[in-house]
Amino acid sequence: MEIVNYFKAKTIEEAYQKLNEDPSNLIIGGGAWLRLSSKIVNTAIDLEHVGLNQIKETKNSIEIDAYVTLREVEKNEALANLFSSIINKGISGIMGVALRNLVTVGGSIFGKYSFSDFITPLLAVNTEVEMYKAGRMALEDFLKLRTREKDILLKIIIKKEKVLGYYYKMKKTGLDFAVINVGVTKTNGYYKIVVGARPSLAAYATSAMEYINNQKVITPKVIEDTAQIVVEELKFGTNSKASKEYRIELTKVYVKRGLKEVTK
Amino acid sequence: MKVKIIVNGYKKVYDVAPDEYLLDTLRADNFYSIKRGCDNSSCGVCTVLLDGKAVQSCTLLSVKADGHEITTIEGYQEEAKKLSEHFGHQGADQCGYCNSSLALTVHAMKTEIKNPTNEDIKEYLVGNLCRCTGYEAQHRAIKLCLEDEE
Ligand SMILES: Cc1cc2nc3c(=O)[nH]c(=O)nc-3n(C[C@H](O)[C@H](O)[C@H](O)COP(=O)(O)OP(=O)(O)OC[C@H]3O[C@@H](n4cnc5c(N)ncnc54)[C@H](O)[C@@H]3O)c2cc1C
Ligand code: FES
Ligand code: FES
Repeated sequence: MEIVNYFKAKTIEEAYQKLNEDPSNLIIGGGAWLRLSSKIVNTAIDLEHVGLNQIKETKNSIEIDAYVTLREVEKNEALANLFSSIINKGISGIMGVALRNLVTVGGSIFGKYSFSDFITPLLAVNTEVEMYKAGRMALEDFLKLRTREKDILLKIIIKKEKVLGYYYKMKKTGLDFAVINVGVTKTNGYYKIVVGARPSLAAYATSAMEYINNQKVITPKVIEDTAQIVVEELKFGTNSKASKEYRIELTKVYVKRGLKEVTK
Repeated sequence: MKVKIIVNGYKKVYDVAPDEYLLDTLRADNFYSIKRGCDNSSCGVCTVLLDGKAVQSCTLLSVKADGHEITTIEGYQEEAKKLSEHFGHQGADQCGYCNSSLALTVHAMKTEIKNPTNEDIKEYLVGNLCRCTGYEAQHRAIKLCLEDEE
């Protein structure tokens, strides 16, 4: 990445104005993913001084600002206690501490990375994102947005509720990207199943969720059937990390383990 | 662009390009203890402390360090010496290329985690690659060094 100018905005409005001044201007989070790109950036806009550096707990939610690092999220105890540590655990599997101290929530969500170990557990709980212009929306809807409009991610908002959760990242070596990652939760009796790195972006297994949520008793057969529906409804593919067939087999195993864990 | 950084307690002013990384800025200022390995956020040999937290200097833009404190191993010579003695006794270093980054990461771990367990140590240091040792000897040396300090 080449950067011609660097701008430390003082307000979000100032950052937004600058962002829209030139097509190649962009917001820079930790800059770690951008570093790997070959982009030529006219102005990189830094949000360090706009006041997006906090994790706040309100009565109904936990709000995490865009400029908070993933390491700060990983160490947050309220998230660990409420959500069976699935968000904390997802992050702790990303490279080493020295990278997690740099990378931001904003960059990790806005980038919509298909391998993300952050997005999968966030989908498995109840997460919304707040954009400066587009406003508030479910994380799921944000991930589907195709608009080219330039905007700034301000924060994510996670609903406070007691969640029984499971998260697993299958990777081949300690520092690698996921071959597959699976999040399973049970919240007030409602099951959610999310599979990421298939290798495409994390998504709900909606038919499987509908099936299991309509069962009165969760038997081993129901768990088996649910895992089968997951791999039939979601699209899997082959890339340099793993084949489609391998991903399907892994997904069945981890979905079953997740369901067993949350129905214990 | 002018940036003001406190390096090992000394106020420094650097004139940096907007896309210059701290690794290059500091090495140009003779901080050769900071090593370049992968140069793409993967190996950890370029680790420095930013306001006490371990970060990869090959990935941190120098402009982002403006107004902050950076510590390199030169800032912890006494402490590093003790760890390095244990490394020596345990056969934990060969070429030594990874040692200063490892020592800084151990320092960051100590300030963040009181009485780290074996698992804590392994997890904290997972991003510090060493092509020579196989990690077991390093782990032993770090444990012994921590025990000495108790
Ligand atoms: C070597 C390496 C290995 C990695 N391995 C993993 C892994 O195994 N699992 C995993 O989940 N992640 C992994 N990541 C990704 C990492 O966790 C971060 O998600 C990623 O680096 C983006 O965060 P950042 O702060 O660096 O964003 P940046 O690189 O600064 O930005 C990324 C994108 O987001 C935009 N952006 C940033 N902030 C905002 C904002 N507030 N509003 C609007 N747009 C914004 C930028 O313009 C850019 O397009 C890895 C990254 C690296 C460099
Ligand atoms: S040189 Fe910075 S992580 Fe390898
Ligand atoms: S001792 Fe050679 S890289 Fe670690």
